[in-house]
Amino acid sequence: MRKTTRKAWALAAGVMSISLLGTACSDGGSSAEGGTDGDEAITLTIATFNDFGYTEELLAEYTELNPNVKVEQTRAAQSADARTNLTTKLAAGGAGLADIEAIEVDWLPELVASADAFADLSDDAVEGRWDEWKVAAATAEDGRLIGYGTDIGPEGICYRADLFEAAGLPTDRAAVAELLGGENATWDSYFEVGRQFVAATPDVAWFETAGSIYQGMVNQLENAYEESDGTAKPLAENTDVKDAYLATVTASADLSANLAQWSGDWDAAFQNNSFATMLCPAWMTGPIEERAGGVTGWDVADVFPGGGGNWGGSYLTVPASGKNVDEAKALAEWLTSPETQVKAFLNAGTFPSQVEAWESADLTGATNDFFNDAPVGEIFANRAAAIDVTPFKGENYFEIHQVVSDAINRVDIEKSETPEQGWDSAVQAFSNLDL
Amino acid sequence: MSVKSPAPERVITAGAPRPPRRVGFSQRLSRWDVKVSPYLYISPFFIAFAITGLFPLIYTGYVSVYEWKLLGGQGEFIGFENFAAILAHDVFWKSLRNTFSIFLLSTVPQVAVAIVLAALLDQNLRARTFWRMGVLLPYVVAPVAVGIIFGRLFADQSGLINAALGVFGLDPVRWHVEPLPSHIAIATMVNFRWTGYNALIFLAAMQAVPRDLYEAAIIDGAGRIRQFFSITVPQIRATIIFVVLTSTIGGLQIYDEPRVFDELGRGGSSQQWMTTTLYLYDVGWGTQRNLGRAAAVAWILFLIVIVIGSINFALSNRIASSGGHGPQRRSRRQRRAAARSTRRP
Repeated sequence: MRKTTRKAWALAAGVMSISLLGTACSDGGSSAEGGTDGDEAITLTIATFNDFGYTEELLAEYTELNPNVKVEQTRAAQSADARTNLTTKLAAGGAGLADIEAIEVDWLPELVASADAFADLSDDAVEGRWDEWKVAAATAEDGRLIGYGTDIGPEGICYRADLFEAAGLPTDRAAVAELLGGENATWDSYFEVGRQFVAATPDVAWFETAGSIYQGMVNQLENAYEESDGTAKPLAENTDVKDAYLATVTASADLSANLAQWSGDWDAAFQNNSFATMLCPAWMTGPIEERAGGVTGWDVADVFPGGGGNWGGSYLTVPASGKNVDEAKALAEWLTSPETQVKAFLNAGTFPSQVEAWESADLTGATNDFFNDAPVGEIFANRAAAIDVTPFKGENYFEIHQVVSDAINRVDIEKSETPEQGWDSAVQAFSNLDL
Repeated sequence: MSVKSPAPERVITAGAPRPPRRVGFSQRLSRWDVKVSPYLYISPFFIAFAITGLFPLIYTGYVSVYEWKLLGGQGEFIGFENFAAILAHDVFWKSLRNTFSIFLLSTVPQVAVAIVLAALLDQNLRARTFWRMGVLLPYVVAPVAVGIIFGRLFADQSGLINAALGVFGLDPVRWHVEPLPSHIAIATMVNFRWTGYNALIFLAAMQAVPRDLYEAAIIDGAGRIRQFFSITVPQIRATIIFVVLTSTIGGLQIYDEPRVFDELGRGGSSQQWMTTTLYLYDVGWGTQRNLGRAAAVAWILFLIVIVIGSINFALSNRIASSGGHGPQRRSRRQRRAAARSTRRP
């Protein structure tokens, strides 16, 4: 008899403890509470992805400066994993997030929209540390700064000097920059040289995929898909985008190797001499070297069609739900300081977003032996200085961008639609979004 | 014990004051114990199901009638607008077409091959356990690993399969472009993973088939193939129904394989191989981040699975019991016959 009640209680307790366990587990991370007096020993957690260049030694340096702070890093292999983790936990009220969460520039539109979930990082100490556009992207409407910039992706042109030589084109990186139009390089001049190249060596394409060319163009439009107040432009009447779309798919007919970026075919193409040039943000030098092992002839030219362009780059944010927000902010401030960021660049090739870092001798002197000892530090510093447009990316940016990119893939890679059909189906898909 | 308590109860007449019951509390408890305890013992499953199955199902229904963004959270009540929007989009119907196409291309050959495999494993083989473990091996491989391996095999330009076709002078198949080839490629991944698993279930059922049936068949002069169709298949009908049903449900929810089929995981740029679950994920967590609509897709899919599952069940049940050859009826008759024969001597 008593047994029954005891059993029922035990069962209830069991169910309760299981559900409590669930809540308790999500409370990982910070080991100490409060601790604002600066003496209490605390552990700060930082969640990054890929490789930010934050090595054990670099993080230990911070502990040397602040003996009471220990820093632990969790690294996700892919940014998509980190994004899912971040957004899911944010949607659940922020429980279980690290003290510092690294984010990619692409995630900003929706994160800025829920800026309250993050600590306001605006501070006089970081005034003028970044180019204006880098800060603007992470600033909410009410002036809250939700992230400190780490790296950026200033774009140059990576090319195969050996294939250029076979086609009778100049191979020296300064001459190639001139050939493509130098400071006044346009997309037309880039495509024009491509036609010369393809005429000379018909087996090799000029670029790998129309998708990345289009991406390069869109990143030079101030309001590609949305007005600055966030309202989506109707795609059917969006002449800027339609022009970029048509220019891309027209050029791709003769010049593209028709490869989807990051696909297996794309990986293999680096070994098969399938294409000669690539739009090349600073971080792309890593993936190229990874896939083109054993291939000689890669080089970087200090030029970009249509002026400068930025592709990618990251930020460090401090979720407001953390227990050590102030300490985390101090750490994020230190990690994104010009000095630390130059060290991260030397560790992992992530090009600094800090204006001051671009003048650092360690950075400007940096060369990359895989790219024929190209002075990558100097080249990408020039490319970063050339960025003059801040694309507006609101909450609808990626939905619309996806729609047009899909159309370009259908024309360029799948060849299942003509350019006109591709555009019409993109307009149809746009209306499906119900914006 | 029980003699004491019921007696006074019978004496009670309407209107008469109720005499005090002389039942001890401990007795009443022990009676409850008998009645309630069994339910308590089996309750952990139902409690776990209510928390992890029923609640999400109902809550998904709740979410589906609201405007609900992944990060923005709950918005206005909009009734069935999410459902209407989903049903009006051709992407949804395309995803349904893909799901059924991949489902048929995977389930049908899978069940057929699994039965044959199981029949082969049921023979007197040397190193029997080795072969039986062997067919389960693909099931152990993580789906993502399967995706990477098959992604290389089915690559359009540099893939091994197209290279092999080239040897025979055939044109390369555009696995990532045309709908049907992409469905075949994905179905191949599914079959690779699940055929062995189903074969083992069939094998377990085949082991339970009485051996004297085969002996009788051999005496009657039936060959292996005749034995397979006339004894093995009818005897394991119940298991076949089970496997067909579970693979139907699994097939309609297929996600992993199409997700890892290319690097973007969005089902192709014209949604050639986007399945309904992939569409669900894309709506909820992809570019749109619209949980309300994703919940609506989830509910539509749930209803489809139930409808297809019931049709499936009815059909295979009818086949199983048609013409009095059903396994249940036969086995009951056999049991009766067996009982009679034991009684006789």
